[in-house]
Amino acid sequence: MTLNRLIKLTLSILFVVLFSSKSFAAGSNIENLKVDWSFAGITGKFDRSSLQRGYQVYKEVCASCHSMQYLSFRNLGEKGGPEFSEEEVKAIAAGYEVNDGPNSDGEMFTRPGRASDKFVKPYPNVNAAMAANGGAYPPDLSVIVKARSGGANYIYSLLMGYEEKPADFVLDEGVYYNKYMEGNKIKMPAPLSDDLIEYSDGTKASLDQLSKDVTTFLTWAAEPHLEARHRTGTKVIIYLILLATLVYFSMKKIWLRVDSEK
Amino acid sequence: MSDHNYVPESKVGKWFNDRLPLLSLGAHLREYPTPKNLNYWWTFGGILTFCLITQIVTGIVLAMHYVAHADLAFESVEKIMRDVNYGWLIRYIHSNGASMFFLAVYIHIFRSLFYGSYKSPRELIWIIGMIIYILMMAAAFMGYVLPWGQMSFWGATVITNLFSAIPLVGESIVTWLWGGYSVDNPTLNRFFSLHYLIPFLILGLVVLHIWALHVPGNNNPVGIDIKKPSKDTVPFHPYITVKDIFALLMFMIIFAGFVFFSPNVLGHSDNYIPANPMVTPAHIVPEWYLLPFYAILRSVPDKLGGVLLMFGALFVLIILPWLDTSKIRSAVFRPLYRQFFWILVIDVLALGYLGAMPAEGTYLFLARVSTVYYFLHFLVILPVLGFLEKTDPLPASISEPVLTGGLSTSAAKSDDIK
Repeated sequence: MTLNRLIKLTLSILFVVLFSSKSFAAGSNIENLKVDWSFAGITGKFDRSSLQRGYQVYKEVCASCHSMQYLSFRNLGEKGGPEFSEEEVKAIAAGYEVNDGPNSDGEMFTRPGRASDKFVKPYPNVNAAMAANGGAYPPDLSVIVKARSGGANYIYSLLMGYEEKPADFVLDEGVYYNKYMEGNKIKMPAPLSDDLIEYSDGTKASLDQLSKDVTTFLTWAAEPHLEARHRTGTKVIIYLILLATLVYFSMKKIWLRVDSEK
Repeated sequence: MSDHNYVPESKVGKWFNDRLPLLSLGAHLREYPTPKNLNYWWTFGGILTFCLITQIVTGIVLAMHYVAHADLAFESVEKIMRDVNYGWLIRYIHSNGASMFFLAVYIHIFRSLFYGSYKSPRELIWIIGMIIYILMMAAAFMGYVLPWGQMSFWGATVITNLFSAIPLVGESIVTWLWGGYSVDNPTLNRFFSLHYLIPFLILGLVVLHIWALHVPGNNNPVGIDIKKPSKDTVPFHPYITVKDIFALLMFMIIFAGFVFFSPNVLGHSDNYIPANPMVTPAHIVPEWYLLPFYAILRSVPDKLGGVLLMFGALFVLIILPWLDTSKIRSAVFRPLYRQFFWILVIDVLALGYLGAMPAEGTYLFLARVSTVYYFLHFLVILPVLGFLEKTDPLPASISEPVLTGGLSTSAAKSDDIK
C-alpha cells in the first residue's frame, strides 16, 4: 500500500498548492499591506465612525474624479452602513444640484438633491472623464473593492503605495510610480496625504487614517449588506449544525434496526 | 419498476391510482430496495438533486429582476445586490450554487469511476449522466456571461471563438452563434434564453437518469450483483432518505460557508468590472470547474486540434463503459486499477491547476504531459488492465465475508476511498 500512501500524499500537497495558488495568480509583483479590518471574519462589522469619515474622504477628495453610480444618498442612512441620521442624509443630498426633467413645459431643470437620488457623477460621460484626466478613465468606485484582486487590502496598499520612483524607472508625463499597482505605473496622482482634509469628528487625518477610512467606506459601498450577511450566515450555520445533529441521531437510531440484524 | 403491487387504502386513492398510478410511483420510491452497504459517496445523487432545484428556484427569482441587455445587465445585477430584498442572498446562492453543483457532480462522477458504476448493466445511466454533465457546463458557461462583466464578455468571446476552428463553415457558425460580428447584445439575449432553458432539459434527463437507475438498482461499494429485495437491501425510506438528508445538511454547511462568508472567492474579481470590448483582461480564465478542459484545449498548438482534443476528453468518458474491459466493478477488488484511479484524480486536479496558469514554459509542458496521461488512462490503461490485472476474490454477498483468500469485506471496506 505504499504507493497508495504516496498517491494520497501527492493529492494533499496538490490541494494545498491549488488553494494557495490564488495569491500567486493575483498578478501583483508585491504582497499587499495587511490591515486587521473590523469587517473581516465571520462576525465582522463596519466601524460606523470610520465609514462616516470614509464618506467624507470620498466626498471631499475622490468624488472630484470618481463616480459611484450605483449608490444613492439614502444608502448613507441605511442600517449596516455609515448610518447618518435622516436629517444628515437630507442635508448631504441637498448639497448637490441634480438634473431633472423634463417638466410640463418640456424643459430640463436642476433642483437640490433628494435622499432618493443617485450620487452625482463628476463628469457627464466617460469621454468627458477621459478628456479631463489625460486619457485615463477614473473608474467608478461602487464595486471597486470587489473588482480588484486583493480587495480592501489592495485598495489600502495602493493608496499608501506612492513612492519616489527607482532611479532607473522610466515614467511618462502624467504617470506616477506606485509600489502596488500592476506594472508600478498609475495615472492617478497620489490622492491622499497627511492632513489633506479636516475630519469633522476631530480624528487626526494622517495618510494611514485617511486610507483606512476611505477603504472601509468603499468596502461597504461594494457590499452594503455585509453585516446582514454575516449575521444571517452565523444563524444559518448554527441552525444547520443543530439540525444535522438531530438528524444524525435519528439516522443512528433508524439504522440500528439494520445493523443489529447481523 | 414492476417490483410491487401497491393498492391504495382509500377509495379515492384507488380511483386516482387506477387512472394515473402516481401513488404506485410514490410507493415504489419509498420501498425501492437499496444496498445496505452504501457509503457516503452515494449521497451525492440526492445532493445534486438539491443543487438543481436550488439553482432553478433562485434562478427564477433572479430572472424576475435581471435585465438581459448589454447596457443594463451589469446595473440590474447591482440592483439585485443592493435594492432587491435579500437579492444579495439569492444571487450569492445562485452563483456559489453553480460551484457547489460542480463540486458535487465531480465527486459523483469519481465515485462512479472508483466503484465501476458505469459498467453493465448501468451504461445508459452513465451516458445520460454524461449528457447532464455536458449540459451543466453549457448552462454554467452561459450563466457566467449574464452579469456582463469583463470575464463574462471575454470568456464568451474565447469560448464561442473555438467554433471558428471548424474548417470552411467555422466563421459562419461563430457569426450565427453571436447574432452579429462580435459578442454583443444579441449574444447576451440568446444566452439568457438558453440559460433559462437548459436547467429544465437537465431536470428531464435527471428523471431518465433515476428511472434508468431504478431498473437494475444501485451499484454498491462491493460492486457485486445482489438479490432485491433481500437481506442485503433496505427500503429507500427511511434508511436512505435519512442518510441522504444528513449528508445534504453537511453539504449545506459548506455551501452556506461560501455564500455567507466567502461569496466571491470562487469567482474572478474582473467580473465586477463592466464588460468593455476595448480592454482585454490580462488573463482570461474560465470558472474553476472548466479549467481541466481549458488546460487540454491550450496544450495543443493548433486551434482545431485543441478543440477536437477537448471534445475528445468528453467523448472518452461517454464511451467509458466499453473502454474498461474488466468485469469487476469495484476498485476495492482491483489492486492495480485502484492506484491508477488515484493517479487519474491527481492528473485531473493537475490539469485544473495548469488551466489557471499561463500557457507557457513549464506550465505548458506539464499540461501537455497531463493531457497525454488523461487519454492514456482511458484509451490504453483501462482496456489493457482488464486483461492483465489479477483481481482479489469477490465475496458471495455483501453480508457475507469472502470464503477464500485474505480479503474480508470489512478489510475491503476500510480500504475504500472513505
